[in-house]
Amino acid sequence: MAVFAPIADATDAAMAEAIRELIGEAPLEPGKVKLELPSIVENGNTVPLTVSVESPMTAVDHVESIHIFNQKNPQPYVAAFHLGPRAGKAHVATRIRLADSQRLIAIVRLADGRFWSDSADVIVTSAACTEQ
Amino acid sequence: MARVLINFPQRAKRGEIIEIKTLIQHPMETGYRLDNKGVAIPRDILNRFVCAYNGNEVFRAELFPAIAANPFVAFSTIATESGELAFSWFDDRGQIQTEIRQIIVE
Repeated sequence: MAVFAPIADATDAAMAEAIRELIGEAPLEPGKVKLELPSIVENGNTVPLTVSVESPMTAVDHVESIHIFNQKNPQPYVAAFHLGPRAGKAHVATRIRLADSQRLIAIVRLADGRFWSDSADVIVTSAACTEQ
Repeated sequence: MARVLINFPQRAKRGEIIEIKTLIQHPMETGYRLDNKGVAIPRDILNRFVCAYNGNEVFRAELFPAIAANPFVAFSTIATESGELAFSWFDDRGQIQTEIRQIIVE
């Protein structure tokens, strides 16, 4: 078993601050975005995550970026993906670590400067980093 | 050089949306773990990934320690013309690994 450095979890406040840094005072609108993770995972070391957005992905109306935040890992940011009309469709996938059961949030910036979001809750029965 | 897996159709019709899947061997050491002597293991992650299509960036990702070891990133692009796709991963020490793959667009 590995030993852990005593560090604070990224709290709701840290996550809110990281989100505020991204969106400023802009409103966060629910819809258009689909964040998908398994609702329960045995192993937090590698958890599949996908984000898809309803968007025509044209020159004037497309997804510019997708940002993923978490509630309880040591840092609130998970990843940011920058795409554009050449992507053809707004769909990305990766695999992440989860230190605990928590909520994930995906925030999408569209070409018109507005932000849309979705969230997902994941229950982790064995956290990331507890094994060598 | 780390081992890399890159998967996408080698031939595509012009205008077709192709799915690109990438995987690279890397520990993605978070910087939050201690070794068995209680000393913090320094952070060592791939923090950026870029895909360029014939020299033009079509996709970029910023990665944080919450990305799992051996980072997997999947995305899509429109097959516009024959040529090359360049995939680059940037690590914390400033090293870059770039892999080039060809695509034929008909």
